[in-house]
Amino acid sequence: MARLDQIDKKTVQKIEHLADTVLKSVKGGKSPFVEIPIRSLANVKFNPRRRLIELGGQKQKRYFFNVSMAKKFMQTFLVSEACKELIDSGKTTSIRDLYYMTKHGLGETKQNTFEEQEESDPIIEDLEVAIDSLREELHLFATGRGSMVGPMTIRDSGDTIDLRRMGSGGWSVPSIVEEHVVQFGKSEAKYVLLVEKDAVWRRFNEDRFWAREKCVIVTGQGQPPRGVRRLVQRLHTELRLPVYVLVDNDPWGFYIYSVMKQGSINLAYESMRMAVPDARFIGLSSFDKGKYKLPANVSIPMNDQDHSRARQMLAYPWFQNPKWQREIQEMVRSGQKFELEALSRRGISFITEEYLPRKLRDRDWLE
Amino acid sequence: MAGRKVVAAKVGKLGKGKPSGRRGGQLELVAAEAPRVKGRSLVARPARGARGSTPPTVAAPAAGEDPAAAAEAAPQAPRRRATAEQMASRQREISISEFFTKNRHLLGFDNASKALLTTIKEAVDNSLDACEEAGILPEITVEVLDLALDAKGEGEPTKGEGRFVVVVEDNGPGIVKAQAPKIFGKLLYGSKFHRLKQSRGQQGIGISAAAMYGQLTTGRPIRMTTRIGKGKPALFMEIQIDTRRNEPVVTEERQLPDWPSEHGTRIELEIVANWQQGQRFVNRYVEHTALSNPHATFRYLRPRQEALTFPRAVEELPREALEIKPHPHGVELGALMLMAQDSKSHDVRGFLQSAFSRVSPAVADEIVKRAGLNGRVRPRDLAEDRELAERLHDAIGATKIMAPPTQVLSPIGDALMKKGLVSFLNVIETEGPEEEEQLDLDAARKKKASKKEKVAKAEAPAVPDAPPEEGVEKIKGHNYFIATVTRPPKVYRGNPFQVEVGLAYGGSWPADKPIELFRFANRVPLLFQRGACGMTEAIVKTDWRNYLLSQPKGALPVGPMALLVHIASVWVPFTSEAKEAVAHYPEITREIQLAAQECGRKLAAHIRKKQHADYQLQRRSLFELYIQEVATAIGKITKKSPDPIRREFLRLADRVTEQELAEQDAALEEQSRKITRRPRRAEEEQE
Repeated sequence: MARLDQIDKKTVQKIEHLADTVLKSVKGGKSPFVEIPIRSLANVKFNPRRRLIELGGQKQKRYFFNVSMAKKFMQTFLVSEACKELIDSGKTTSIRDLYYMTKHGLGETKQNTFEEQEESDPIIEDLEVAIDSLREELHLFATGRGSMVGPMTIRDSGDTIDLRRMGSGGWSVPSIVEEHVVQFGKSEAKYVLLVEKDAVWRRFNEDRFWAREKCVIVTGQGQPPRGVRRLVQRLHTELRLPVYVLVDNDPWGFYIYSVMKQGSINLAYESMRMAVPDARFIGLSSFDKGKYKLPANVSIPMNDQDHSRARQMLAYPWFQNPKWQREIQEMVRSGQKFELEALSRRGISFITEEYLPRKLRDRDWLE
Repeated sequence: MAGRKVVAAKVGKLGKGKPSGRRGGQLELVAAEAPRVKGRSLVARPARGARGSTPPTVAAPAAGEDPAAAAEAAPQAPRRRATAEQMASRQREISISEFFTKNRHLLGFDNASKALLTTIKEAVDNSLDACEEAGILPEITVEVLDLALDAKGEGEPTKGEGRFVVVVEDNGPGIVKAQAPKIFGKLLYGSKFHRLKQSRGQQGIGISAAAMYGQLTTGRPIRMTTRIGKGKPALFMEIQIDTRRNEPVVTEERQLPDWPSEHGTRIELEIVANWQQGQRFVNRYVEHTALSNPHATFRYLRPRQEALTFPRAVEELPREALEIKPHPHGVELGALMLMAQDSKSHDVRGFLQSAFSRVSPAVADEIVKRAGLNGRVRPRDLAEDRELAERLHDAIGATKIMAPPTQVLSPIGDALMKKGLVSFLNVIETEGPEEEEQLDLDAARKKKASKKEKVAKAEAPAVPDAPPEEGVEKIKGHNYFIATVTRPPKVYRGNPFQVEVGLAYGGSWPADKPIELFRFANRVPLLFQRGACGMTEAIVKTDWRNYLLSQPKGALPVGPMALLVHIASVWVPFTSEAKEAVAHYPEITREIQLAAQECGRKLAAHIRKKQHADYQLQRRSLFELYIQEVATAIGKITKKSPDPIRREFLRLADRVTEQELAEQDAALEEQSRKITRRPRRAEEEQE
């Protein structure tokens, strides 16, 4: 029997309250519903003061006695019940696990409560916003991804880990990095470098860039999962480390930076826990091809999707800074994009030995 | 067509010898009936030929009028093959009977299958017309006897063409002795041609043509028994047609001492027919005639099949159709001149008022003034002065004249159409699945051997025993939605007409086939030439997707439905003498569409209602399924027993669905009220 801590108690209460509300309206002869903040572009806005993407106040009522909502209503309570069970038993599981826990046939029909995981994942997010609890508080985690090394020690689930001695693979960042799981120990790090690509991160690790530069290097292997983003945010706020983001020179790279900086639309309700508004875009800039003499033959021509994506970004409120407009417009103008690996044209360790040190020295970054 | 041309040309050669008096008489007939498309085309052909002796290769009749002109042109022309005298020796009069002997397809006797139907149809049409005119509720027996079978019905039935006897018996007023030979033995003799009145027959060709067909194919004369009332003896006659002179010859005549009915007529015709191929046409004709004549009882006796009876659905006769004078807007110039010639009036105003309907003294004044005729012009002057007549004709066209009286028509009526449909469905449901194909005689001829598969009828979904919806009739366990619309009478070319549309939706009609379209003109079913008919065109042009039926482009809608379209008029504009299709008059098309749309709106309301009910049922079961899950989950979360929670949910579900149903019903009713309340457009109201 696991002891329920304060947060767990609160979460269970919220779930029970949700069920009680429905029971009350049913007894009162009223059509029961669950109120869920809308998680879509329409209900998301950029808060320029806090420099975060935040969820708006719009809520959607999910009625049971509505043919198009009935199934989701039912699913919401199946997930709620499963999460309560997890909390009660003190276990944590993956969202995929939860999908299997709650999936079963419906009566005599060939229908199932859930047909695929794509159905249950959004229901979990709905529940998170509906009862204002974090996924971690519901004892759920997404698939972990991401590696980290650096001149510091941490404690992960009670084990002390020296991030200087992680070999070539680094410490694998778990999905849940809340304070009760991960605590920071002694640190010599002066900043955090978030690298988009695993291969580039390995170059930095092999060259022991973190030891030389006294920094933490992290990768999310593409768009960083919430564990990595939360960890970076904690390093920034708790240890006051500046955050630099190193991504490909393409619209997707800009978007990864944008999510790290301002938060994403889908997880707008967690922006304040995930986003680092002060994060700096260190590269690869659209102007680096000139500054670092990258030949045209290492570029990739932008396709239609890239172009439309870039144009959308020009309109993002958080990219209205003239420097950012120049940056994106240069990419659109040239019609070229560059991968981080393109820098290897100048030498295998060019990126760690010349490119990044020079960028940091010249304070050549965007905010 | 080819046959027609040849005859016309031949008549042309012969016509020169005709006495001019005869020619004038014919022209008069032509002109008098000018607006009536059909009458003219029948008689016009010999008349045109009578103009001169032009060889068929000379196109312009003007050249033919003057033989000298033709002779002048001769030097350039090829060598003469025959002199006018030689040709004259071959020219002689042909009788109308002879003409039709060679052109029987014009009258619907193209082949043995169709001849069977046409024979029955002409006899039944006459019986119904006679009964109605006499004010008798019709009781009609149609019998087909296969002569290959003996009296007991034993023997090998005829396959393909063979000899059959068609018997049609009615309880009508009977026929007086002097008239009987002419009615059955003389073509173009009848009472209906010379008047504008809604009736089934129009030309006085039908029954005598049938008699002639029998005579030609079997050598047997028509046999007729008639009695005109109690105390009068029944009269039996065998009447042959002298096809050269178009005169009847009575070959046998006697009085029958005992005849079961007080009054009525029975005819027997031996004809060559194809029962195998033709019976479906006859079945259809009888069924549909019963449908459009709910006041009549039909008995239908067939070889080796059970007798079929369509009892009458109402005990009152339809409103009597009245005769009217022609409307000025429908008259053509030549006809106007002839009418003026015949007029006994002293002045044009009087002529206009007496010869036409809806011409009041004020209207007559207006016309005369507009034409700029001075008061002393006599009608006879018009007949002689084409220019004067044309001015009057134009003035008539430019003057606003009240539409002709429309109360002269006898529509089936909303209620009776509904009753007709119900009793029709009652009979055909017992009949089992009939041939689904629309009748197409060409196809029937080609596909002689192929047995058409009986189309499996899509079973109507089981409907729970809910209280019957308005307009829904339960017939032999099938629910049919029936809607009917009778439009107010309208006018085309001076002829009043009235359109009615009825539909029967659902039941055991197949859901995946084009709808059945039943066409009627003056209560007579039209079975052929569906594609060429203006009624079909109007229905195809109606967008049925608005009324929740699917509809391929340029085709009839698809769905479990039979659609009845009826046009009643003092003169139905058929496209041919066989009276198989109605001409495409925009006024008529529009009326049919308006009626179809009105019916369609009722249908859509019904379909929507039905869909709602199905949907409701579906969602009930959906909720019940989910309630189980939700109750269990909430029970676990709140640590309560799930069963009471489930019951609470179910109780609420009942209330919610009931409430929603009521709301939807109210909305639907509101909608249909709006439809019926919707005012007609101003132009429709104008008379």
